[in-house]
Amino acid sequence: MATAAYPTRRGFFTRPRSTTGKWSWFFTVDHKKIGIMYCVTAFIFFIVGGLEALAIRSQLAQPNGEILNAEVYNQFFTMHGLTMIFLVVMPMGVGLMNYLVPLLIGARDVAFPRLNAFSYWVFLFGGIFLYSSFFLGGAPDGGWFGYAPLNETLPGHGMTFYALGLQILGVASLAGAVNFIITIINMRAPGMTLLRMPVFVWMTLVTAFLLLFAMPIIAVALFELMFDRAFQATFFDPTQGGDPLLWQHLFWLFGHPEVYIMILPAMGIVSDVLPTFSGKPIFGYNAIVFAGAAIGFMGWGVWAHHMFTTGLGPVANSAFALSTMFIAVPTGVKIFNWIGTMWGGSLRFTTPMLFSIGFIAMFIIGGLSGVTHSIAPHDAQQQDTYYVVAHFHYVLFGGAIFGLFSGFYYWWPKAFGKLLSEKLGKVHFWLMFLGFNLTFGPFHVLGLNGMPRRIYTYVEGMGWDFMNLLSTIGAFVIALSALVFIANVVITRRRGEEAGADPWDARTLEWSTTSPPPEYNFEEIPIVRHRDDFWHRKYIETPEGEPARVLAGGAVATHEHEAGHGIHMPSPSYFPIVAATGLPLLGYGVIYFNSTGKALLVLGALVTMMGLFGWVLEPGAEERV
Amino acid sequence: MAQAIGPWSVILRSISISHGDGMRFLDFRQGGRARLGALVGVLSLVAVACETGDAQDVLSPAGEFARSPDRLWDLTFGIAVAVFILVEGILVFTLFRYRSRPDRKASQFHGNTKVEILLTAIPALILAGIAVPTVSTIFDLAEPREGALQIKVIGHQFWWEYQYLDEGFVTANELHIPTNTPVELTVEGGLIDRVTGDAQVIHSFWAPRLAGKQDLIPGHANQLFIEADDPGIYFGQCTEFCGLGHAEMRLRVYAESGSDFEQWVSDQKSAPEAPSGGSLAERGQKLFAEGQFREGLNCAACHAVEATPEDVAPNQGPNLAHFASRDTFASAIFKNTEENLKAWIADPASVKPGARMPALGLTESEIDAVVAYLKTLE
Repeated sequence: MATAAYPTRRGFFTRPRSTTGKWSWFFTVDHKKIGIMYCVTAFIFFIVGGLEALAIRSQLAQPNGEILNAEVYNQFFTMHGLTMIFLVVMPMGVGLMNYLVPLLIGARDVAFPRLNAFSYWVFLFGGIFLYSSFFLGGAPDGGWFGYAPLNETLPGHGMTFYALGLQILGVASLAGAVNFIITIINMRAPGMTLLRMPVFVWMTLVTAFLLLFAMPIIAVALFELMFDRAFQATFFDPTQGGDPLLWQHLFWLFGHPEVYIMILPAMGIVSDVLPTFSGKPIFGYNAIVFAGAAIGFMGWGVWAHHMFTTGLGPVANSAFALSTMFIAVPTGVKIFNWIGTMWGGSLRFTTPMLFSIGFIAMFIIGGLSGVTHSIAPHDAQQQDTYYVVAHFHYVLFGGAIFGLFSGFYYWWPKAFGKLLSEKLGKVHFWLMFLGFNLTFGPFHVLGLNGMPRRIYTYVEGMGWDFMNLLSTIGAFVIALSALVFIANVVITRRRGEEAGADPWDARTLEWSTTSPPPEYNFEEIPIVRHRDDFWHRKYIETPEGEPARVLAGGAVATHEHEAGHGIHMPSPSYFPIVAATGLPLLGYGVIYFNSTGKALLVLGALVTMMGLFGWVLEPGAEERV
Repeated sequence: MAQAIGPWSVILRSISISHGDGMRFLDFRQGGRARLGALVGVLSLVAVACETGDAQDVLSPAGEFARSPDRLWDLTFGIAVAVFILVEGILVFTLFRYRSRPDRKASQFHGNTKVEILLTAIPALILAGIAVPTVSTIFDLAEPREGALQIKVIGHQFWWEYQYLDEGFVTANELHIPTNTPVELTVEGGLIDRVTGDAQVIHSFWAPRLAGKQDLIPGHANQLFIEADDPGIYFGQCTEFCGLGHAEMRLRVYAESGSDFEQWVSDQKSAPEAPSGGSLAERGQKLFAEGQFREGLNCAACHAVEATPEDVAPNQGPNLAHFASRDTFASAIFKNTEENLKAWIADPASVKPGARMPALGLTESEIDAVVAYLKTLE
């Protein structure tokens, strides 16, 4: 048995045994449970960030709005951005990666299960830390981009919470990135060559590399900001020889790859959903994979298009205008290949399919408005107006969020064994599609009509009233659509249709195990012979080139009696959550750098060290009983 | 007013429905906190500029430096619309044509190398077609212009300072330029805020109908050219988030024909006339210059009434030379009326969030006197 290899230790350094029940969630290292926790937490933040958006839209519904004052408005738009980026889109993507990557590559867990749990708890605590600022004198109010030197001159602790909160969240992302890279490279099932991996796994790999290289850049910038704000350093203070432009370069050198960190997982989801519901393999697999990798590389060479108006000079502006234009080429390749995937297929318009199609349709708009940003002389007109706000919402909401919902509907039956209601799902889709366009479509017009971003009020007579009202109505339609989704989840839990292992007639390995999968995912590690291996187990090609169902092909093991015996799974652990608890304490210690603060710093350091020592010293596995 | 409006701007503008009952944004923002009387009478020019709701319309360029980016936009937007119709069209066709039907069988192909190469090459070629004029416009706009009027623009929280370098005077918020003359704005974020002693923050100068925006970054001086073909008032505002007062850091550019502009310049340089003896305004002048209000301060501690160069104290606040001839104050958000001035002086930050001007605690009659004095600064 598995435990034979490990000496049994007693006392403090034991591992929790239970893998079921309420407490098991706190100490679990199961990638599936962690994935679910990521998604649930991110969805709660989605609601919070959405409520902030509703407040913002209510304030701007008409000129001279009286709902939020400038102070609260600045906090809300800052926190809306931070929330949607760092606490919603990124962790939702990471949640799906967590749940799916081992299942998609035929593995039993990720390479470092405890590190995985650590990532989640750091993410959760980082989010709570950031939001605690609302109760401790005011949230960050300098924008998600936090430009220097405003980020240093703003009073209160808001921007210090920003510096430390994002730092903590960055730790979670880095740990996750390392884990996914190692998992994907090392833990693929026999026969799962790189070019047989599902596209979602490929996009996870590219995203993880982007995180690995982007997070240290923002970490440096945030540390510098922290030293400037809390300890009187002068990295960005122009009066002391610092340079505000340094912040912009560091921020966008992280910030632009960050955009692809958010969109690539959604592109991966769409690339796996479309073939299933088209009844066809993906069109141009290699092209789609290499286009994703190309976007990952080119994403490092476009950051200064956020800075066309800072006076970089004509040579730099031309260079970044060109790189920005040509990143549209691999993006276009993906769109053509998705349409190619559907071309000639037999399309089933299920809810996940609708969200994927919505993704493509909206991403085309966001991509084209992105190309209009690349003409630098006119970008000087678009920069910091609602036109830009329109663009990135078409990419990140019409793109990433639609893609993520596609993934939720698609994999929900796998994770919970029940199908979400198709009827409510379609209502959700159409309401969200309508509300989305009603909210963000008018932003194009507003921006070109001269409405700047980040203004808490505007006056009558600018020609902005009607479009703003329209947009606010749209925002509430989106909110309604989110309620429909929640209703769908609740109703499905009570009386959802049993899904079975393979409800969509899908193509990839996760559908070859039960729904939900057992803790160990696969009773036997599958041997992979094809891309879309599960499909090829179900169908053979007839001499006419048409697929024919194999009798009993792709049969799913039932995991009944005695199943799973002898499979060694990592035991739960107390220490990831302990180690993660120390980080926010360190954060508060820096913010309140008085005697209490210094005590918190010591305590935080001790807690984290204790967590890490426990982590190292605990036995490799606890005896199974 | 607008010349050479591109075809796309017409389409876009036709869906931008203008609203409201005319031009009221000279007024205080309406509402409980700052309800300060309705606007009576509106400058005809302003009304013309704004009746179509295009005061800051990017697509109605009014001078060369806004027009050349606009030409690029027309090209790119035209291509984007064509691509949009084509690709979304193919998408919708695909969805309809290949929808699942009882007799439909999915064909099992994995790709098509020729099609893929073609679909990579075509977008690359289209983009190259946009790239060439883009690069040439970037370099063209960076060319120095002979005989340009030199003005230095400094951003403060939350107002604009304009230094007429050739003429040697300063003014605030309302920028005057001659028509049909390139104007070279040296936009600079001052290093230290003269009021607070803090590091200055980044602002961005934007008058959309005259040119794209340019950031004012502390420690960096950037160049921006603007030019107006026709006389008129061109609106703009700060477009880099700069704190509490960002939404209300607006600006105006008054373009005047050559002789009108010359007249304005010589008016600015003339010394203010002293108010007549014994008048309310004379009392106001005394209070302005010598009053001892909160912390011993008075108006003249921060505001000069002569158009002195900026480095001559006191100029911590906006220079008020010939203030009565301005249409607006407080960064072009309030109409320059007695009522509005009184409310402003009583408590600036309550009518404009983030305003750095302190409430000095003047009595009502003192405020009346100061306002009467300001009104003599023709």
